[in-house]
Amino acid sequence: MPLNQSLHKVLVIGSGPIVIGQAAEFDYAGTQACRALKEEGLEVVLVNSNPATIMTDTAIADHVYVEPLNLETLKRIILKERPDSILSTLGGQTGLTLSMELAKCGFLDEQGVKLLGASPETIDKAEDREIFKETMQAIGEPIIPSLVVKTVESAVNFAGTSGYPVIVRPAFTLGGTGGGIADNEDELREIAENGLRLSPIHQILVEKGIAGWKEIEFEVMRDSAGNVITVCSMENLDPVGIHTGDSIVIAPAVTLADKEYQMLRSAAINIIQSMGIEGGCNCQFALEPESDEYAVIEVNPRVSRSSALASKATGYPIARVAAKIAIGYRLDEIPNEITGETMACFEPALDYVVVKFPKWPFDKFVYGQRRLGTQMKATGEVMAIGRNFEQALMKAIRGAEISQYDLNRNSVQILSDAALRDKIRHQDDERIFAVYEALKRGWTIEDLHAETMIDEWFLAKLTHIAEIEDRLIHEGYNDETYAEAKQYGFPDTVISRLTGARNVRHVPASFRMVDTCAAEFTASTPYFYSTHGEQDEAAEFIQGHTSGKPVVMVFGSGPIRIGQGIEFDYASVHCVWALKKAGYEVVIVNNNPETVSTDFNVADRLYFEPLTPEDVMDVIRVEKPIGCVVAFGGGTAIKLTKTLVENNIPILGTQADSIDLAEDRGRFAELLESLNIKQAPGATVYTVEEALEAAGRIGYPVLMRPSYVLGGQNMIIAFDDDDIREYMYIILAGGIENPVLIDKYLMGLEIEVDAICDGTDILLPGIMEHIERAGVHSGDSIAVFPAWNLSEKMRQTILQESRKLALALKTKGLVNIQYVIYDDQLYVIEVNPRASRTIPYVSKVSGIPMVDLATRCMLGEKLSDMGYGTGLYRRPKYMCVKVPVFSFEKLTDVDVQLGPEMKSTGEVLGIGRTLDEALYKGLVAAGYRMDKTGGVFITVQDRDQAEIAPIAAKYAKIGFKLYATHGTANVLRAAGLTVENVHKIYENPSYNSMTLVENGHLQYIISTSKKGRQPQRDSVKIRRKAVEHSIPCLTSLDTANALAESLMSDYSLDNTELVELKDLL
Amino acid sequence: MGEAQKSMTGQPVYLMLANGRVFEGKSFGAPTDGLVGEVVFTTGMVGYLETLTDPSYAGQIVVQTFPLIGNYGMIPEDYESKGIYLSAYIVKEWCKAPSNYRCQGDLDSMLREKGIPGIYGIDTRELARTIREAGTMNGLISTHKPPYLEEELAPMRSYRVDHPVDRVSPQETVIYPAEGERRYKVVLWDYGAKANIHRELQKRGCEVIDVPAASTAEEILALQPDGVMLSNGPGDPEDNEGVIREIRKITDARMPVFGICLGHQLLALAKGAKTGKMKFGHRGGNQPVKNLETGRVYITSQNHGYEVLADTLPAGAEQSFINVNDGTCEGVRYTDTPAYTVQFHPEACGGPKDTEWLFGKFLELMDENRKGDAVCR
Repeated sequence: MPLNQSLHKVLVIGSGPIVIGQAAEFDYAGTQACRALKEEGLEVVLVNSNPATIMTDTAIADHVYVEPLNLETLKRIILKERPDSILSTLGGQTGLTLSMELAKCGFLDEQGVKLLGASPETIDKAEDREIFKETMQAIGEPIIPSLVVKTVESAVNFAGTSGYPVIVRPAFTLGGTGGGIADNEDELREIAENGLRLSPIHQILVEKGIAGWKEIEFEVMRDSAGNVITVCSMENLDPVGIHTGDSIVIAPAVTLADKEYQMLRSAAINIIQSMGIEGGCNCQFALEPESDEYAVIEVNPRVSRSSALASKATGYPIARVAAKIAIGYRLDEIPNEITGETMACFEPALDYVVVKFPKWPFDKFVYGQRRLGTQMKATGEVMAIGRNFEQALMKAIRGAEISQYDLNRNSVQILSDAALRDKIRHQDDERIFAVYEALKRGWTIEDLHAETMIDEWFLAKLTHIAEIEDRLIHEGYNDETYAEAKQYGFPDTVISRLTGARNVRHVPASFRMVDTCAAEFTASTPYFYSTHGEQDEAAEFIQGHTSGKPVVMVFGSGPIRIGQGIEFDYASVHCVWALKKAGYEVVIVNNNPETVSTDFNVADRLYFEPLTPEDVMDVIRVEKPIGCVVAFGGGTAIKLTKTLVENNIPILGTQADSIDLAEDRGRFAELLESLNIKQAPGATVYTVEEALEAAGRIGYPVLMRPSYVLGGQNMIIAFDDDDIREYMYIILAGGIENPVLIDKYLMGLEIEVDAICDGTDILLPGIMEHIERAGVHSGDSIAVFPAWNLSEKMRQTILQESRKLALALKTKGLVNIQYVIYDDQLYVIEVNPRASRTIPYVSKVSGIPMVDLATRCMLGEKLSDMGYGTGLYRRPKYMCVKVPVFSFEKLTDVDVQLGPEMKSTGEVLGIGRTLDEALYKGLVAAGYRMDKTGGVFITVQDRDQAEIAPIAAKYAKIGFKLYATHGTANVLRAAGLTVENVHKIYENPSYNSMTLVENGHLQYIISTSKKGRQPQRDSVKIRRKAVEHSIPCLTSLDTANALAESLMSDYSLDNTELVELKDLL
Repeated sequence: MGEAQKSMTGQPVYLMLANGRVFEGKSFGAPTDGLVGEVVFTTGMVGYLETLTDPSYAGQIVVQTFPLIGNYGMIPEDYESKGIYLSAYIVKEWCKAPSNYRCQGDLDSMLREKGIPGIYGIDTRELARTIREAGTMNGLISTHKPPYLEEELAPMRSYRVDHPVDRVSPQETVIYPAEGERRYKVVLWDYGAKANIHRELQKRGCEVIDVPAASTAEEILALQPDGVMLSNGPGDPEDNEGVIREIRKITDARMPVFGICLGHQLLALAKGAKTGKMKFGHRGGNQPVKNLETGRVYITSQNHGYEVLADTLPAGAEQSFINVNDGTCEGVRYTDTPAYTVQFHPEACGGPKDTEWLFGKFLELMDENRKGDAVCR
């Protein structure tokens, strides 16, 4: 069946802010889907609250709404835009759940809107645990013994019969939020209670534990005619028990014989047929390793993280095909873009293997619990392609940006045998390194298999890596050992270290094509990966497809992590597009399977490679670019600058020396002095003693951070000597080579600008002002555009200083500058002559295509020729507020108190005529319920007490009952407020701040404390408890004040203006 | 002998293709020097056991495009025949430490035991690309580097997979009992049948009488079967003139017939259609075929180098399936006799089981024939 002729206007729902379990993969999927719809001539309406996405570009859809993703807003948009259909399956769990709610309440029927992709019945069959169970039983697919319960007691009763361990899975939550494994009744009670609360329908599934079974996934596609294909199989190295999002995954599955493989493939087909899904679907199976017994774990009737991985692993564009199917096409009517000859109705054949490696945030959250389980904790992932498993794994590890170039990890090498065994049992993020270390210590594969249930196949491959390492150590460097090591993925640096050879002669990698068909058909996919000792297809391809245009190479931003998220993919992709438009042949190198940039048709050629010096230089050797772009891929790309300079590879845009000038404290201070620009006093230190001395000289509080970092990694405010000692201990233990910076901490108004500079002039799209005073990381602050508290004089000062800085740094492209206004004086905090996290946000709200202009500046064009003028751009008609979104509920033991170290995983945007309206929409989009009655618990540190009373008064005025700890209560009472005293935890075990949180009397908590971070502290416990109970916990008085203001305004979900992005301009 | 064989593993070995291209690899499995065969590639990612034991590969040097082969070791219960009939086996890497609960040994040992030479470490992707571009070619495996003497090259130049059915077809009739109650008696005309064909029939209540390729129509009809199954098998279908003649007699007797792969080609030839050699054939587990009657597309397992030329189908024969990728004939439905055939492998093993329903259709055909109104639909 071709395109359904009754469709003209389709609403696509995005997945909202990036949170753990729902990341950039839905920008990739949504973007692909919108384009697939538009090329059919359909009008596309897109709603997504996340401004950092490519899908919310006005070029991707016809009508873009960056509006809160909730039922009320969607209904209003539907009434306004009158789409005839809605695509439910490409916006992650968020999109699916909202579509289902719209359908179930009858709204879609009333409005004559057709639900495409998955019907409410289909969604229920997959998502409602009871209906899922019935569906599987009806088609004879085995599932794990389980019971859906609504009370803790029922859960305990079930476990009594099934036996422990049992797994708890809450219904309708993301990435297994609130789930867990219980080994006994006490644990079950705790987990079940938590899960019931987090489930929007207060329902959990308790199931028999099958930890240790093989975990196998199939990505399946089905069309309306019932044609079905499986795109890809995947096998988790980490068996059942660790969330697949936290597992190392190989594609295709490797330890299954054809009998087992076909058994599960047939089951997957059986499932998708019975559910009637029209589009993509992910089926997860558990396979008992010693028999052919299996069970269906989960079915996702939509495009998912796994489908993004499967898409990139095979080259099969799952989201695009799913969108085409949703609007009526059959699989055999959709062309396979890769071969151009065959149709989408086929199953990709791979002649390589793919390894996915998760990226966890524990380098930032040093006190976060690292143990992995059923709740996903990774923020992102990398993928690597190789001709063998060892090669792909080695590439994945060095591409994960965890300071590892091989499997030897210092933190596990220092462990005693007993501690190593504990570590392995504990199954944390370092388990693979611990297992490798154990193999090197001579533990047997049988032993490690028994301990971890990791299949012997993987353990044997790890042993093989250890054997190669051993040979390098004992036989030394020669052609044979080198060739073998390269074939199995060893980088030169590791070979050199192991053999002691100083001058390893690099043999360039050869590149192979990803063609979906194992070379069966001629393909001209510009999608490559490296291997060693084989024919090079890239060189051949380049020769055969030469356009004569100069080649430029763009480096992507690697895995999504806190501090370096989807924003940099946005910037990289826009840079690629701008370069293409400017007449260049563009090559991109990146290793993140969740992104738009790694779609093979974004750049002219895609190299799916780790972003390390050796890997990148191999690509440069074959591509011979006239220049490379490092300015848009975040810290990942910037780190390559040194290598490029050493190899005399031209860098387009701002030069390496300027990057160094901005980073090098001494040089930067000199520069500021010469420009007569103020900066807080500071120092550079390497040791604890130096740090203490510097802090004493500058005066507390001081801000501490390692140099050369992005996202405020490991940044704190130190108030006394103890803070400095604790901090330096953590930093020095991490083996950070660069110095630590100490600055006087100025608690003023924080200002941020992103400017475009062509070397002679700048364009400032606007000025952002942070709601929170300096001290909260800019990525975690609520940022308002345009700034609303600045005098005209200050605005001009900011423009002048920004211009001076940009020109002094010889910026050609983007520059991000953070300022603090303290005592009416402007101080520079830091300058980064490259794309920042706020680029997509500022581009969207100012209407200036910043990356496009910056890229043209990089290429030598002048701003004055671009039509946007220079200087400070005109003020927009609307106020825009960027609100950070966190994933604290996924990260046990992480303190939610905001500080100089970034903690948010994503962001949303609120757009309104006034600041109040914008803030209201932003807060709603970020998930605040905006309750106006109930209780507020206030407990603030001494230095905040002077300011707390007026804020508390606002909450009292709204009608909240105030609760406070002793000290805070006294302050509030003195200000004439009525407040109930609350005991600290140790003061009264039955009635204290903790029980208050648990008893559901609270709507908000305002909690600030001098100390934080360590999970055993009371303040941290309260804040964690608030997270568990989904009570917003405000850890900055400025946020608390802004929220109160917003609550006092008359805005509601019904009366805010729906703003189409193009109306901003 | 074992010692001599072991000594070659890891030694350099060379594959020269008829177009002169040479690939270097290393030896494993049984030792060889001067072996010639027709070089073909298969894209299946799983199912190497089934590939190795599929008699249709007789006389061929088989290349696996998936680079890691032997991961789950050797599992005899998954073999599709008792022997290995392919001439040599080429992989990128074979697994020295296979893992599977049913595994009984590794690939290398099995190849040595069966006397089949293997090559690993070859750039298999480049080899597949070469065959794709130049078409299926003969190859010579040598232990020494080129250049080769004319007498070394001559066997490669003249090589042809010649009447291979004679080699793989059984010498004796074997009866496989029906599972459960016997509802049908089916003659499996065995040109090198994969074991799962008789398993699929047995599973459905058929007693399967597996007869040699050289059986005559009289002998077969004398068994009074409900239907005749024409099996898969190796080589050029036109080599089998005798069989084709006998098949014609079977259809003339309006016996229900179901043909797979070579069986499909033989029936077409018997009915007057023509077959041709394909450039490099279809081998793997991911070939999409479309049922022309329903429009449904199925992913199938395939292994063939010859095709039935659709435009030569006579009256009374209609194309029922086509290949979605290249439009070649994948199935024929006969309207003048209760017979239907497919080019792909509904018995799977290895590969997808999406079309196993075709065996059910065979039962329906036999039912209708009993009632006397069998027309193939």
